[in-house]
Amino acid sequence: MRLASSPADIAIQTAKTRQSLQRRPQADLPGTLFKWLLISFTGFAIAFLGVLVVVMVNDGWSVLSGRLSGFLSNGFSQRSAQDAGVWQGIVGSVQIGIATALFAIPVGIATAIYLVEYATGGWFARAVELNVRNLAGVPSIVYGLLGLTVFVKTLDGFTQGKTVIAGGLTLAAMVLPIIVITSVEALKAVPQGIREAAYGVGATKWEVLSRQILPAAVSTILTGTVLSLARALGEAAPLILVGAATGFISFGDSNFLETFTGPFTALPVLIFNFARQPGEDWSANAAAASVVILILVLMINGAALYFRNRFEKKW
Amino acid sequence: MNMTTISAEELQTASGRRLRSSLARWMFLLASAVTILISGLIIWTIASEAWTFASQVAADQLQTIGWFPRRGMFDIGTLILNSAQIAIVSMIVAVPSGLGAAIYLSEYAHPRVRRIMKPTLELLASVPSVVLGVFAISFITPVVLSKFFDEINFFNKLAAGIGVGLLVIPLIASISEDALRAVPRDLREASAGLGARKATTAIRVVIPAALSGLMAAIIVGFSRAIGETMVVTIASGGGDTSLFETSIKESGGTVTSAMAALGLGTDQVAGNDLAFQSLYFLGALLFIITLVMNMLGNLIVRRMQERY
Amino acid sequence: MVETNNLNESAREEKKTTISLSPTISSMATRGDESTADPSAAEVIFDVEKLDAFYGDFKALSNVSLQVYKSQVTAFIGPSGCGKSTFLRCFNRMNDLIEGARVEGTIKYRGADLYDEEVDPVEVRRRIGMVFQKPNPFPKSIFENVAYGPRLSGLKKSKLAETVEKSLRRSALWDEVKDRLSASAYGLSGGQQQRLCIARAIAVQPDVVLMDEPCSALDPIATARIEELITELKSEYTIVIVTHNMQQAARMSDQTAFFSVALDSHGSRTGELVEFDKTETIFTNPNDSRTEAYITGRVG
Repeated sequence: MRLASSPADIAIQTAKTRQSLQRRPQADLPGTLFKWLLISFTGFAIAFLGVLVVVMVNDGWSVLSGRLSGFLSNGFSQRSAQDAGVWQGIVGSVQIGIATALFAIPVGIATAIYLVEYATGGWFARAVELNVRNLAGVPSIVYGLLGLTVFVKTLDGFTQGKTVIAGGLTLAAMVLPIIVITSVEALKAVPQGIREAAYGVGATKWEVLSRQILPAAVSTILTGTVLSLARALGEAAPLILVGAATGFISFGDSNFLETFTGPFTALPVLIFNFARQPGEDWSANAAAASVVILILVLMINGAALYFRNRFEKKW
Repeated sequence: MNMTTISAEELQTASGRRLRSSLARWMFLLASAVTILISGLIIWTIASEAWTFASQVAADQLQTIGWFPRRGMFDIGTLILNSAQIAIVSMIVAVPSGLGAAIYLSEYAHPRVRRIMKPTLELLASVPSVVLGVFAISFITPVVLSKFFDEINFFNKLAAGIGVGLLVIPLIASISEDALRAVPRDLREASAGLGARKATTAIRVVIPAALSGLMAAIIVGFSRAIGETMVVTIASGGGDTSLFETSIKESGGTVTSAMAALGLGTDQVAGNDLAFQSLYFLGALLFIITLVMNMLGNLIVRRMQERY
Repeated sequence: MVETNNLNESAREEKKTTISLSPTISSMATRGDESTADPSAAEVIFDVEKLDAFYGDFKALSNVSLQVYKSQVTAFIGPSGCGKSTFLRCFNRMNDLIEGARVEGTIKYRGADLYDEEVDPVEVRRRIGMVFQKPNPFPKSIFENVAYGPRLSGLKKSKLAETVEKSLRRSALWDEVKDRLSASAYGLSGGQQQRLCIARAIAVQPDVVLMDEPCSALDPIATARIEELITELKSEYTIVIVTHNMQQAARMSDQTAFFSVALDSHGSRTGELVEFDKTETIFTNPNDSRTEAYITGRVG
């Protein structure tokens, strides 16, 4: 067979090829449907967040617009919904947050450093790693049991019973595995070359760690840590078991430091309380307090995002 | 012989630097030990009281109809049924949305869209569960569910399940996306090179290759749903007691909400007819169920990581 | 308008085939096919003209023009970073899958512009198959790997087994795997996996098979088997192969294109085509001193 050599033959062949390669509008209909299905599922998750915010602002509007300053500065009031506020909840949450951070961050980062930089695959390191993974999946309310028995009762000499310190220790135990896991990932992401270069000029392990590796990993570690504190801020269940006050607390004339060892409550616990009370006014309080906590969560997430972008990786 | 010799001492690091280095090592080791200590304490805490409950409770106390701990009626079956129903409803909400978002983000989304979507999902993940509980009773039940059902209890398991589902979406999405992104690019190219369209590649190659990771995401999500406390406590009327009730349009407490209710009154409950101990028994049950599921999920994820 | 265009194009094609007429026939290219005994009659499958390829702002390849002929093996050789793989991936629009990748200039496939807006890249890839650098079988059974492509084009179930067997025989794998078709492809050796990938590519009966350094991840024995296979396959398929193994190009190919790295006017690195000719000419009597330096091992 001689091949198409006349210009006319070639033109016909070209036209045929072109036709066969042509985009057909119906060809990928199932694929387009699939894509839009995925987009709608993704949109569902995002839209939900929007609806949540709108509903909360709408339901809490009477409080947010009518008596915002009183709502933010008043304590819990059992008698009247119109007088109830979230001040003690905010103070409690901040205090618990500080206590949680103080206990969890050093231990969490140190554990991650041990796992990545020191452990040489021995049984102990493997046990720690498996243990941390399993702890991360333990429901928060189970940590409440730990707090109730160990921090409130057994260690009451240190915690003074149902106090901010006991609550902070409980939440610290809860977020510890999350901090370890994100810090391990951050440290593993530091290129091996940086370690080798530092050892190559005669640095000790501690020097390599404190001057090279930690500065390189700090942004990811901070991001993970801050996000885990956001989670602690939203937790109510373990605090309820540890005995966060569900009624009015009298701080008396104790100063800020003394309140660490007195009765305490927290913002999510207050929201739970508002939600439990019957009546429109209490619902409005619950919604308004939800808006307050959502704003706090948003701020913390914003901080995490800031850390992530501020120290963008250089490699 | 004229040779410069170096003594062993000269090759040693200055003692101060050495000390600091080994001190640091012991500090880090100690911190790791703390995580083991926490596990040990959790198990010790739960086990001792749970054992007291298990050894002292009479068989007929477990076979009552409904959960009334203060009256010595410990029908754990009711709580488990409610936990299972709510967890299943939550999976019906969370699995399609979580998997769908993960597939969209890993296979379709432009990097710019991803950069916006990831922090948004993180934000979703940090919405406090009490807020979702409030959302369930102020929106899901009165605005949404009341349109579909003429008779639905204000506190109901369906709304609680939907609320828990919304909470679990970002968790499932994030684990699934990791699994999908772990599928080598090679395989997508091989499929595209054979003339497969994007959806075909996703459905016939990427998803099957990531299937075990997606299963792990669902298992871990289910475990989280089982362990979720506040949404259920607020939205499904987690009072101290629960009647046996199979309809999801009715209220009912779960293992977790029963624990929260017992915890709210720990002072009054203590010493009262095993009620206090039942709190720990429920905790033990919850701990074992979630531990088994999480270990399974982690095992699957690790297998998958080793494969590629 | 379109008509005249076509005529112009075909006229140019004819002219090109005439130019490539050359009295010597590569002794390494032994084919039973009569049409190849007379190169002037060789049909042009790809006609590349003034092609530039970019990744974002980076120009990976600049100003390449060459032709690929039917039922021949065309090899692209050159040092790493010279853009030869990028170039290969332009032929089935595989680079479309990379964010920010684009081309300027034209590639005509059987006269039709591959980058025309009307062209569906998926249709292109059905006709122009690809074998990759690293064996990349799907995590499925051996049978399902080969059946993947035919299933996409809607082949009937009853014909599937026959097509799979034919493709596996054609890629010289049948005897080794016929008893374990339902076993995972991951259980095969590297060389077997690569032959499976070839079987998978030819199961859809493509017109052209593109191969991107198909032996670079294999040991010498497996490499020899693949080379043998490629030489057999060229009677049925047009093959374009990227390799950095010069002996491989010399042994198997009919035409060879040598690419190199050049500095463009802005001082940044870009790949360029140095020389394109019959394999024998490239290896025995290259025109360009850079080609000579490379093939004699002084550079690269």
